[in-house]
Amino acid sequence: MSRKVLLIEDEPNIAEAIRFLLTREGWQVETHAEGADALQVIRVASPDLLILDVMLPGKSGMEILRDLRELEDMQGLPVLMLTARGQTRDREMAENAGVSRFMTKPFSNSEMLTAVRDLHAQATQS
Amino acid sequence: MSTHEDRPPSGARPSLFLERQSYRRRRLTDAARLLPFLGAALLAVPLLWPDDPNRQQAVPLSSAMFYIFACWVGLIVASLVFGFAARRMSAQDESKPGSDQWPR
Amino acid sequence: MATLNVLILVCLGYVVLLFGVAFAADRLAAAGKGAWLRSSLIYTLSLSIYCTAWTFYGAVGNAARSGLEFVTIYLGPTLVMISWWWGLRKLVRVGRSHRVTSIADLISSRYGKSNTLAICVTILAVLGGTPYIALQLQSITLSFSIFADADPSGLYREGSSVFWVAAGLAVFAILFGTRNLDANERHHGVVTAIALESVVKLFALLAVGAFVVWGVAGGVGPMMDRIDASEIGHWNVDTGRWTTFIFLSAAAFVCLPRMFQVMVVENTDEGHLRTAAWAFPLYLLLISLFVVPIAVVGLDIMPEGSNPDLFVLTVPLSQGNDWLAMLSFIGGFSSATSMVIVTAMALSTMVSNHVVMPIWLSTQGGSGSVSGDVRHIVLLARRISIAVIMALGFFYYRLSGGGAALASIGLIAFAGIAQILPALVGGLFWRGATRTGALAGLTVGFLLWIYTLLLPGMGGVLMPESVLHSGPFGLSWLRPQALFGIEGMDPMVHTVMWSLSLNTIAFCVASLLSFPSPLERLQAAQFVNVFDHSVAPRGWTGSVAQSEDLMIMTQRILGAGPAHEFFQAEAEKQGGRASLPEPTPAFLERLERELSGSVGAATAHAMIGQIVGGSSVSVEDLLAVADESAQLLEYSGQLEAKSAELTRTARQLREANTKLTQISEQKDSFLSQVSHELRTPMTSIRAFSEIMRDTDELSPEEQTRYAAIIHDEALRLTRLLDDLLDLSVLESGRVSLNVGDDTLRSVLDRAVSSTLAGTSKTLTVRRTKAAERIPLQTDLDRLGQVFINLISNALKYCDADEPELTISAHDVGGHVVIDFVDNGSGIPPGSRSVVFEKFARVGGDKAGGAGLGLAICREIMQRLGGEIMYLPGQGGAAFRVRLPLAYQQAAQ
Repeated sequence: MSRKVLLIEDEPNIAEAIRFLLTREGWQVETHAEGADALQVIRVASPDLLILDVMLPGKSGMEILRDLRELEDMQGLPVLMLTARGQTRDREMAENAGVSRFMTKPFSNSEMLTAVRDLHAQATQS
Repeated sequence: MSTHEDRPPSGARPSLFLERQSYRRRRLTDAARLLPFLGAALLAVPLLWPDDPNRQQAVPLSSAMFYIFACWVGLIVASLVFGFAARRMSAQDESKPGSDQWPR
Repeated sequence: MATLNVLILVCLGYVVLLFGVAFAADRLAAAGKGAWLRSSLIYTLSLSIYCTAWTFYGAVGNAARSGLEFVTIYLGPTLVMISWWWGLRKLVRVGRSHRVTSIADLISSRYGKSNTLAICVTILAVLGGTPYIALQLQSITLSFSIFADADPSGLYREGSSVFWVAAGLAVFAILFGTRNLDANERHHGVVTAIALESVVKLFALLAVGAFVVWGVAGGVGPMMDRIDASEIGHWNVDTGRWTTFIFLSAAAFVCLPRMFQVMVVENTDEGHLRTAAWAFPLYLLLISLFVVPIAVVGLDIMPEGSNPDLFVLTVPLSQGNDWLAMLSFIGGFSSATSMVIVTAMALSTMVSNHVVMPIWLSTQGGSGSVSGDVRHIVLLARRISIAVIMALGFFYYRLSGGGAALASIGLIAFAGIAQILPALVGGLFWRGATRTGALAGLTVGFLLWIYTLLLPGMGGVLMPESVLHSGPFGLSWLRPQALFGIEGMDPMVHTVMWSLSLNTIAFCVASLLSFPSPLERLQAAQFVNVFDHSVAPRGWTGSVAQSEDLMIMTQRILGAGPAHEFFQAEAEKQGGRASLPEPTPAFLERLERELSGSVGAATAHAMIGQIVGGSSVSVEDLLAVADESAQLLEYSGQLEAKSAELTRTARQLREANTKLTQISEQKDSFLSQVSHELRTPMTSIRAFSEIMRDTDELSPEEQTRYAAIIHDEALRLTRLLDDLLDLSVLESGRVSLNVGDDTLRSVLDRAVSSTLAGTSKTLTVRRTKAAERIPLQTDLDRLGQVFINLISNALKYCDADEPELTISAHDVGGHVVIDFVDNGSGIPPGSRSVVFEKFARVGGDKAGGAGLGLAICREIMQRLGGEIMYLPGQGGAAFRVRLPLAYQQAAQ
């Protein structure tokens, strides 16, 4: 069974690093760098896990998450959010919007991978 | 029973009570103003007595004295009464700083 | 039979007692003790100086001659007293609140402080008072002579005894009337002595009366029979005289200087009038009670031709009751002395205040420099005045020969002094009364009184018989005792009727026709509406209470610390007995000076007067306060300006605060941006460095590629930090500019070549080099930095297939304008306003930079005295740089 992760991140270098790491874990990684059409992309890709940057061109990660949780079939999608701004206010907003896990850049690779594993495990259990 | 009806309902309209009090105070002042005129009138009465050199109908001096001293005593008593009333009035004024008939 | 020596000893003993009482009362009052000295009882008793020796002896004589007519003299004052509520109360309130010192002062004060009026009233009072004093001297002499006649030793000499009596009374009046100069003109010692004397005379008269009724006549019933049977046993009083005398005595009761002194000046509490209103009429009633019985018994038992004026003395003597006669003598002595002392005091106050002091001050030339030494002068003037008045009385007595002419002098004096009444009553109740009116009325009344009563009464010396009988120059309608041809009137009634009615008419008409001065009108309002203007003066609860009030007031003005220090120092100066100083004149003067430093002299004076004198503000005080208020108004104008300034400052502060808040928010968002810009490359660096560390099976290509990414991101970080530092230096204004000279062309050359070197992208730069030969004097490196930024932006963001950048320069009057226009799609209108903000980036491409470039450009251009702006409507992205040809320091 193939696990699919959708990575929405506008920094190409960061996207490349994550893709590299998750591919080695056995994930099928799709990337996208735009905020405006993110929802459509998610729906089309229908990933098992979503990794979402906050600062995106067109539409911020927060808005995307909020809109995503409005959709019925997206309630259970685990979302790992990444931000470079690192303010507690952002964390609160993200938790209110229904984030599954919140990480501040820069992160350690193992930390990120553990988070992805945990989220996936939880999602498959339930 | 009638005393109950005459009295204004206690506490219901305290202003009426105060007005009545100040009304009485004014009438008292009026009385004080009138007192000297009453005195002058009383002391003018002897002017009407017959002044008869033959001393037939003339008023005896003892009666005249009695009349004048009686008037005198009457005026003194009236003045005394008013004096005490005025004292009570000003005492009330002092105990009630709100009513400023005589400020301070 | 008591010898003359015993009599003289008793007299001296009595005088010593009076001295003692007066002295003790003064001491008590000075110590702030003896509240009973200011009781209504003392006040009422002091009023009884109305009953002089003329009353004590003369009433019986009058009754023996005219029956009940004597009682009119006591009925008039009774009517005045029972109308105290609207009469005397107002007089006393006015007198106290204006610190009036005498009746002359009151009249003068009411009519605009006119000293002319004061002098008129003073002359009138002295003319009326001198014979009155002579009358008292006569009564004492007469009573002495009664005892002397009975004394076989015959050492008595009339002339010298009168002299010594006059001298003794003068000494007493000087000692206790002018001992100190109290601002309120109150003399507790004298008043207390007078109260004692009034008790003595009442007791003496009552004793004689009781002796006559129960000792001689044998009870009330027999006494009444005896009265009716006597020659005065029927009512036969002249109606004109009855009415006139009641009116006259009422008028004199108010106008007599000595009555004014005890009734108004010595009044310490307005509330005393309440008691006096009934107690004084009662006193008069008691005084009059036994007059008729004594007269009737005297007429019965004394030999034909004996003087009825002395029945009070001679009836007990004739019955062999020496001690009663002695008591009676003391009573008469009391009546005479108390009247003489108070009259002398009152008249001396008037004479010194209104005659002597004005003259003395005018000889001093200007009153501005007069200091506290005036007090000595005033006291001296009063002492001399008392001596002179007593001497006048003495000489009047000697010249008139002490005959029967004196007997009628009491009523003559009454009629004279009553001329003040229209001016007084009009002044208190009619705002329209004027100085001219008062002067006219007084003059008319005064002249008529002299012409119709005083001169005819003094015999043929001053007025020839011919004038009396056929009028001056034969004008019969001007006959002194039958003016306008109306004959047959009693001379007294005639005088009172004409003088007072013409006085009143003159007063009213002149008042109506004249126009008062502003001061007069103010005073008129203050007097007539005294109950609206003044607060009820409180009773004196002792001087320490006053000190407390003063202390409280001083604290409010000076502050607690200085006030305490001042009062402490004053208390120590006074001997340090109490924690608070006594309100002595010296202390009050110093306090006033202290306060006037803070609130102005007039205000300080008025404030202290309010507390100490229980007096309201006088018009002069008011005028002075008005002056101070004008200054205050000016000051408050300044304050208003200051307040407006404060409001402005507050608004500026508010604006600054808003700005600071904005800046703080900007700073937060800036830090957040910086954090983001730093963390983003760091994330890549960390991720790839961990990958390279942890992953063994990386291909060499992957390793190279990842190392390149790490390198790029590290460079990006360095650039970002450089830009941040540059921007912070520029924004803080600490940047130092290296101003140099060069042409625009060479600056652009360097910028273009350095930007385009080492880049793979292509950009065609179009320039008109001829137009670029513009000499510049500015920081060339910084300007180059701006150009590089703009060119590299075009290089990075121009999305045309064949990117082109057109650079054109113009010289516009002292400024050079350089436009950078590319052929791309430009910047969307919504973003144009923010391109110069920090971290503002248009489009999704982040790789180029942190978004600080244009912000730095803007800062640089500001430093150089120029500007950079976006030019809309040029096809592509277009920026315009404008800067002065020569850099000016002021542009910073």
